[in-house]
Amino acid sequence: MRQVVVVGASLAGFRAVEELRHQGYDGSITVIGAEAHLPYDRPPLSKQILAGTWEADRLPLTAIGKDIADLDVEWRLGVAASGLDLGARQVSLGDGARVPYDGLVIATGAGVRTLPGQPQLTGLHTLRTLDDCLALRRDLDAGPQRVVVVGAGFIGAEVAATARQRGIDVTLLEALATPLQRALGGEIGVVCGDIHREHGVDLRLSTGVAGFDDDGRGRLTAIRLTDGSTVAADVAVVGVGVAPNTGWLAGSGLVLDNGVVCDATCLAAPGVVAAGDIARWPNNLFGELMRVEHWENAQEQGAHAARRLLGQVVPYEPVPWFWSDQYDRKIQLAGRSSADDDVQIVDGSIEERRFVALYGRAGRVVGVLGMNRPRPVMEYRQLIAAGTSWADALAR
Amino acid sequence: MRVVVDFDLCESNALCMQAAPEVFEVRDDDFLYVLQENPPEELRSKVEEAVRRCPKQAIAIED
Repeated sequence: MRQVVVVGASLAGFRAVEELRHQGYDGSITVIGAEAHLPYDRPPLSKQILAGTWEADRLPLTAIGKDIADLDVEWRLGVAASGLDLGARQVSLGDGARVPYDGLVIATGAGVRTLPGQPQLTGLHTLRTLDDCLALRRDLDAGPQRVVVVGAGFIGAEVAATARQRGIDVTLLEALATPLQRALGGEIGVVCGDIHREHGVDLRLSTGVAGFDDDGRGRLTAIRLTDGSTVAADVAVVGVGVAPNTGWLAGSGLVLDNGVVCDATCLAAPGVVAAGDIARWPNNLFGELMRVEHWENAQEQGAHAARRLLGQVVPYEPVPWFWSDQYDRKIQLAGRSSADDDVQIVDGSIEERRFVALYGRAGRVVGVLGMNRPRPVMEYRQLIAAGTSWADALAR
Repeated sequence: MRVVVDFDLCESNALCMQAAPEVFEVRDDDFLYVLQENPPEELRSKVEEAVRRCPKQAIAIED
């Protein structure tokens, strides 16, 4: 293998590059990125960058003990991949170029979902990229009378918290009766919503968007809700999740089903691996075809996929982990949790907003959520990795 | 090898503890403690893993 192409100048793509070099691969590496930026860190976008406490110059990803130039990468930025020819081993780009490879890393991530019929209006935002973030920040800097956040998932919750901490009035809409109900179950979801109310957010549950009003010149003025009411707002952020960026792979022959479907080692086709938000693979630890949209997985899987490309055939079996910062609370979740699991508070209490909740399924501990309890989350994460029984986890 | 933690950035995510428990410990008070500021060379790859995993990029290795 002498010619590796990485599609996606993302965290997963960058860690794949770093690992290829770390493993001694000395052939060429070309990275194709739809955004004009070198790979950067996204979690601060909804937190420090949006808050205005950090500037964008803190975001570029760095390689350990190396300057980025030492990675010896040809960067082709600001141009998206538009197609893949597996037989000819070529990636085609939006500008008509064709890039040959003998090893391919697919790391094009995910893109934001929007509401059906969502219009293009000044003041109406989504948040995924640095450019999205800076546009939203400019609107927050202008001192809006109210920000409406659509969707009380983790991104929506972080945007609501950041805007609130900037002293802006916030309305947070959630279509379900409880925030994060499907992911965390009712009891924990209620806490996640209450945190916002305690900080003065106008949280409206079981409420969706019926439409957006503008001033006739394309500027947002209000959001109409499914309960018949209207909220006047000059800024709104739609945070209704993401979908894997697989459009450029349509018809390529790769199996696309809510992501690029890989084998247990992250191999999607001979000489082709996938990593990060776009990759869906059977995680043997959970017996589940899994796709993970978390920061840590992007880098772990990016590195794993790089090693796979170099011939190290090892199943990828992580316990997914992520965190969310909202106000002075740090929520961390490891493993898999769902509304159908048994849930037990094993440390602290919901009342003091400092606790550990365990999730059990089919006699095993499968997930742990901590609120301001980082150490036990890591300890339980190791129990999940070891396949510990539900009874033994509770008895710990 | 010298390990330097920027405690203004550190948020005790405890991923470093998982990568290199010989060097990093998040205790029950939820603060990070560096157990060895000058860990031996054989721990370098583990410490590098901790540097990489830190969501806040709060850990650095000074040689």
